[in-house]
Amino acid sequence: MTKAYNVYITGVGGQGIGLLAEVLARAAGHAGLEARGCDTHGLAQRGGAVSSFLRLGPGAHSPLFPEGKADLVLALERCEALRAAQDWLAPGGNLLWYDTSWQPLPVRLGEAAAIRAEDVAATCEALGAKNHRLAKKGLGDARMQNSLLVRALSKESLIPGLGPAHYRAALADLMEGPALEANLALLEAVTA
Amino acid sequence: MKRLAELLLKPEGFSEIVIGNAALVRAMVESGVEVVTSYPGSPTPEIAEAIGSLPLDSRPFYFEFSTNEKVALEVAFGAALDGRPSLVFFKSVGLNVAADSFVQLSLMDIAGGMVVLLGDDPGANSSQNEQDNRHYALLAGLPLLEPASAQEAYGMLKEAVRIARERRSAVILRLTTHVCHFKQRVDFDPLPPGCLDRAGPKAGALKNGGGRFDPASSTFIPIAAAVFPLKRKALDRLASLAEEAEASPLNRLIPAGPGGPSEFGVITAGLPALSLFDALEGLPVPSPARPDVLKLAWIHPLPKRLILDFLSSHREVKILEELDPVLEQAIKALAYDAGLRTRIRGKEDPEEEMGEYRPALVASILARTWPGTFPRPPARPGLPGLAAPARPAQLCPGCGHRSAFFAVKAALSDIDVTVADIGCHTLGNLPPYKMGQVLLSMGHAVSTASGLALSGRDLPGGMRRRVAFFMGDSTFFHAALPGLVNALFNRHDVLMILLENGTTAMTGHQDHPAAGRNFNGEVPAIPLRRVLEGLGVASVRDVDAYRQAELKAAVEAALEETGLRVVIARHPCMLKLTKAARRKPSYVARHVRIDQASCTRAHTCVEAFACPSFQRDKDGRIEVEAELCIGDGSCRQTCPSGAIVEAQGGV
Repeated sequence: MTKAYNVYITGVGGQGIGLLAEVLARAAGHAGLEARGCDTHGLAQRGGAVSSFLRLGPGAHSPLFPEGKADLVLALERCEALRAAQDWLAPGGNLLWYDTSWQPLPVRLGEAAAIRAEDVAATCEALGAKNHRLAKKGLGDARMQNSLLVRALSKESLIPGLGPAHYRAALADLMEGPALEANLALLEAVTA
Repeated sequence: MKRLAELLLKPEGFSEIVIGNAALVRAMVESGVEVVTSYPGSPTPEIAEAIGSLPLDSRPFYFEFSTNEKVALEVAFGAALDGRPSLVFFKSVGLNVAADSFVQLSLMDIAGGMVVLLGDDPGANSSQNEQDNRHYALLAGLPLLEPASAQEAYGMLKEAVRIARERRSAVILRLTTHVCHFKQRVDFDPLPPGCLDRAGPKAGALKNGGGRFDPASSTFIPIAAAVFPLKRKALDRLASLAEEAEASPLNRLIPAGPGGPSEFGVITAGLPALSLFDALEGLPVPSPARPDVLKLAWIHPLPKRLILDFLSSHREVKILEELDPVLEQAIKALAYDAGLRTRIRGKEDPEEEMGEYRPALVASILARTWPGTFPRPPARPGLPGLAAPARPAQLCPGCGHRSAFFAVKAALSDIDVTVADIGCHTLGNLPPYKMGQVLLSMGHAVSTASGLALSGRDLPGGMRRRVAFFMGDSTFFHAALPGLVNALFNRHDVLMILLENGTTAMTGHQDHPAAGRNFNGEVPAIPLRRVLEGLGVASVRDVDAYRQAELKAAVEAALEETGLRVVIARHPCMLKLTKAARRKPSYVARHVRIDQASCTRAHTCVEAFACPSFQRDKDGRIEVEAELCIGDGSCRQTCPSGAIVEAQGGV
């Protein structure tokens, strides 16, 4: 990898964007890749849109990158998936998103239309980007949605150079006990 | 599982992926800082979180959250005066609060040395402005270093402590938001011997050392003529530091690469330097117009000879700096005095003085400066469909402030004025509440409201207007007290809605003086109500914010009275409470649901109360998002048809 590989991670404050970003940075570290990034979380806990930047490989200097330059966008919510695809996704890139909807204020006030999964798909199509939509009912704990994204990353080898062992090692850096077991089990379920 | 505390105290050197704010704490441990103080404010609270990861009995320095930034700075100063290396950290605008004492520091002989660590916020990510605190280094006559990454923040903090100790001075280390939050693999040195057994905060007192304040060693009372010898000494110190800046390896010259020195140069510092390096990645090597780069770490005093050498060896030099033209003005003056004919390109558009110098902005600035060399980034292709609706931050599900705003709004008339203050409750300004109409700074609300109230209640045209203001409980102690005393002293006619949630919620739930805990353990709470009564506030009402009818009645009654009146709208921060509850195995998730048979689609829940848990479909049907709802039930009283009911059996 000579050119930096850029990942943009987004969702709504409280969804666990920070932890997801930390898993990816650490997985990259275990894979021997240079990783730099930063969370942008001014009012993160307060239900606003939040995002995190991650850049892999030696060609990255700033932890941030320009709009339209994300090789991969990860989104934990439908409206934020659309926003990120429109603003950040590079033509020909990958969008991996979990389809849940937490309506933003203008939608709840009746001032804006709700976003549909088709809107996200249409944006990907216009960009020649791949649209990976995940939805799984009955996950129990909403935080497992993040783990589902990690499983998809691992299974489809979406980030060049990162494999299941790297994600497993990253999870083991960050959690222990039943939480780690649950996350590893979810990862193994398909990667085995 | 890797534990931050173990890393921060690890005797051996190591490398680890961390954010800048955590790397700073390792630097504090290594450099022998003994006293650290702060007031919470983004982008710095994670420094305290990293400190908090260290158990009290193994924390090698004393730490406190003080009541405000000025107090924090003075505590750190007093400790350093007594021979203990100290450090104070806070956010950009916090320096305004601390400024009255801060500007005196250069006159003082500070035996232990102290570091003032600033988290500036270009881009106003979480601040009410994007002030450039580099000006304060000139104003106060203190040295200032600026890192560009987590690795540099770690190294430069150690350097700042060394300089502060050697010079018996204060040193400023200026970080910006995304340097504080910069995540990367940082190489850490081994701990110097003795680091961990130096001083401990146990029992609230520092162990060994200290007691070294010697009033005879210098003049510490700078009044009248005594100021001048102290100022002369401060200027001498700065001149001597300028020599240190010249020789410092922290300032780096990055040549354009093969093809020899370029005719073009860029002088830059901090995170913008990394945006520049990203832009340079896009240029061919060698490229005739590829610039040499001088990246400064010493911002004040500047390494003048280094800069003059750089200027004189280039035909054209761009000063690439975020926010104000601080370097530009200093460097242009240097070039003028030296009679240089180098073309110096500074800020050439008002847009260059605004916002964070992220890679995209730097690329566009360079394309405007040297259009032949730096290509203008291609425009984004037009995309089909809807734009994603904005998602502003908002009050959390179950937030007591939402109930309070709902009730207070009902008690006020449309022409009554509400003054906002700083905290989560600033979000009350957003639709649909629109409570709080003007904001300056922490604690301003009481006195801004007092000024507004000077017009009296009866305005021309027979209009009747009352003035109310909001105040948080942490801010009450931080900066509201002088304004409250003034309102009593000068008989101002204002109503304070004191939103008491028991914590400093916006910055991550730090304890405040009414919480019954400080950073290091339990302490007696300072009760808000008794403080107010002790000051002589005659009218104090205290209502749980969830009791909306009662709160509305209390506000209505208080509005009819005169002078300074207080209604305390009290409810614990539900985000904090729910987080703690979820950690317990006994936790059972609860939520409400809509009884569709009785729902009349009045939409009060979604449009006026506006808890984010309520979701509406395109036909106007309302559902409750169980992942968001915490089952607090504060919404139920707002539904005119009683259609919000408790869900059976939880989720």
